[in-house]
Amino acid sequence: MPTKIEKDSHTGTDTTGHVWDGIRELNTPLPKWWLYVFIATVIWALGWFLLYPSIPYGSGYWHGLLGYSSRGDAMSGLAAIHEQHKDAMDKIAKMPIADIARDPKLMETAITAGRITFANNCQPCHGPNGAGRVGYPALGDDVWLWGGKLTDIETTLTHGIRSSDPDARQSQMPAFGADGTLKPDQIEAVADYVGVWWGVVPASTDTKAGAQIYAENCVACHGEKGEGNRDAGGPPLNAKVHLYDGSRAFIVSQVNKPQQGVMPNWNTRLDPATIKSVALFVHSLGGGE
Amino acid sequence: MSVVSRLEQPPSPEALYASRIRVYPKDVRGLVRRVKWAILAVCLLIYYALPWLRWNRGPGVPDQALLIDMWNERFYVFNLVLWPQDFYLLTGLLITAAVSLFLVTSLFGRVWCGYACPQTVWTDLFMAVERWLQGDRNARMRRDAGAMSLDKAWRKTATHAIWLGIAFWTGGAWTMYFVDAPLAVSEFWHGTASPELYAATGILTCTTYLLAGWAREQVCTYMCPWPRFQSAMLDEQSIIVTYQGWRGEPRGHGRRAQAAAVTAAAAPALGDCIDCAACVHVCPTGIDIRDGIQLECINCGLCIDACNSVMKKSGGKPWLVTWDTLAGQAARSQGKPHHLRLLRPRTLIYTIALSLVLIGLVLGLIFRSQMTLSLIHDRAPLFVRLKDGGLRNGFTLKLANKTMQPGEYTLSLSGLPGATLLLSETAPGAGETLHLSVPRSEVAAFRLLVQGQPAALPNGSMPIFFKVRNDTTGDTLSYESLFMGPATSGSGASQ
Repeated sequence: MPTKIEKDSHTGTDTTGHVWDGIRELNTPLPKWWLYVFIATVIWALGWFLLYPSIPYGSGYWHGLLGYSSRGDAMSGLAAIHEQHKDAMDKIAKMPIADIARDPKLMETAITAGRITFANNCQPCHGPNGAGRVGYPALGDDVWLWGGKLTDIETTLTHGIRSSDPDARQSQMPAFGADGTLKPDQIEAVADYVGVWWGVVPASTDTKAGAQIYAENCVACHGEKGEGNRDAGGPPLNAKVHLYDGSRAFIVSQVNKPQQGVMPNWNTRLDPATIKSVALFVHSLGGGE
Repeated sequence: MSVVSRLEQPPSPEALYASRIRVYPKDVRGLVRRVKWAILAVCLLIYYALPWLRWNRGPGVPDQALLIDMWNERFYVFNLVLWPQDFYLLTGLLITAAVSLFLVTSLFGRVWCGYACPQTVWTDLFMAVERWLQGDRNARMRRDAGAMSLDKAWRKTATHAIWLGIAFWTGGAWTMYFVDAPLAVSEFWHGTASPELYAATGILTCTTYLLAGWAREQVCTYMCPWPRFQSAMLDEQSIIVTYQGWRGEPRGHGRRAQAAAVTAAAAPALGDCIDCAACVHVCPTGIDIRDGIQLECINCGLCIDACNSVMKKSGGKPWLVTWDTLAGQAARSQGKPHHLRLLRPRTLIYTIALSLVLIGLVLGLIFRSQMTLSLIHDRAPLFVRLKDGGLRNGFTLKLANKTMQPGEYTLSLSGLPGATLLLSETAPGAGETLHLSVPRSEVAAFRLLVQGQPAALPNGSMPIFFKVRNDTTGDTLSYESLFMGPATSGSGASQ
């Protein structure tokens, strides 16, 4: 306690007796209840220390009487969400895919599950949101090799293309040049014929020979006007969308010795409900039929 | 008076913490008190009754006149339904409130504190209960100083019980601004209301009980920041509750002084103030108005009533304590006339600021858009090439229908000749315009695909303009975005 209490002559207020460089501190007493509230908050804080994780010691820490942890909080929240999704995913597994598309609530779950699964499994080849890459088809456009209906996409996802699955979609373009079926000049002629469709060969070019070769060798899979054949997995040739390369040289190389990709069968890695979800997501990218 | 002296003993000079000096405001009657009761009644009536006022907005929409529906992000204010996007209006409302407070304070002093502040209103109400059960100032002081008795016990218990009841009602009423009032009451008593509702009611019950029953003037003096900067609002032209010292001093009891004097001529010349301390006894913050304007004064004017009634009884001149300006008092003390100066730079600036904010607020309300449109371009892929060589861009379109009717809209596009619009959910049916439906008072999100014809494609990107039109009202909104494609146009693009 200060000893030298004086009244400040100017204000008439008592001083605390503290003097710094000749400046005396006035005593304007704090209300006692204010002090009590301060003490109460300290006690309150001690309660929190006891109830919640607070004091670290060496390798561990005080866990608190309530046993609370933010990780536990997050985990139980996650478990609740999984429980909630389980019902929806069970329904998705049982329902035909077209019926799911008609149920907005199920669709919400399916599209979300599909988006996440797609990003984890499909994106490395097909790009974000099915943007596509050279050799890997874009999934948001209007060109489908094996069909763009929900059931088509589901089948492709389940069994894959040229995969090890016995029900995989199979197609094999012959190596016309390497096998000796077509001679180099015949290949050049058919490249002219297809190149006009692609816009890489002048339309005025004489393509009679090429048309003849095309009619004899290519029509079965690629269609009369190059419209493709989904049953045989024959890509359309009259489209401006190209899986590999849009040049005439590529046509020559493809007829000579074709490149063909493989799509894995996902039935060994994803459950049917998830596959349906991915099919719905892919269908929603903009190209769905 | 021994009780008073014991209770109002000043703290010892070396004490760093001051004990509270209990204030026992005396009952008072008069003009100010009547006005104060009327304002109290109006304020409480509005506060307690407003959540119960119904307002028909059609089926399926809350019918509460004033409802702050946090969960659904809608504020219902009579005919107005505000969205989170309209939140700037709240800023305007708060600025209006602040500048109004500044203006009123610079004109009439702290009338907000004295009449309309919830702390004042509820403290007044709690004091009325206290007075009803425990008697007026002297009876309360005697009882508080005396020993515990059956009489004291039941009066105290009853007072606190009624206080808690009012506090509970007050806390409960607050929650009803956020949930449907009849439903909240029913759920509350059936035990099915949300834990938040019980917690909010409980906390607000406690704060009301503590602040109005116990803390009272301590809130104004120690907790509230407003008294601290009132000096920035007040000047010598502000009308405040004033003791007319030039009339009252020197104070003293005239007849007693005369009796004490040997002759009438020897009696000291006294002012109008008879030093009865009636103004001190009625003060809810326990101050002496005769000390002049001070931080604790809430400008309620009950001392005016007290002084006037004493003057009436003693035959003195009333309005010794009155409303006047400091400049007015200075002039009057020298016998000069004084005119009020309401129009001063400070009041003028506050009025202009207030008018501008109010005009902004009203314009904001009048021209508040009944719909909002936003489009986000897909980040990946930026574009998709189509079979015919055209390009397609994907967007997420969000359209808010702020009206209370289902909205039918037509979306069109300019800047990209021949472009077609389609929603991927309904892939067929691409057209130059698109029909969108949004339920009333909702935001709908659509995935929108814009297809550019091969003949009119951008080199890189080009600006495009979406326009949405409400089919019934004809209101339109436009939104500028980009249509993207490969940077070097030409054939042979991959994929």
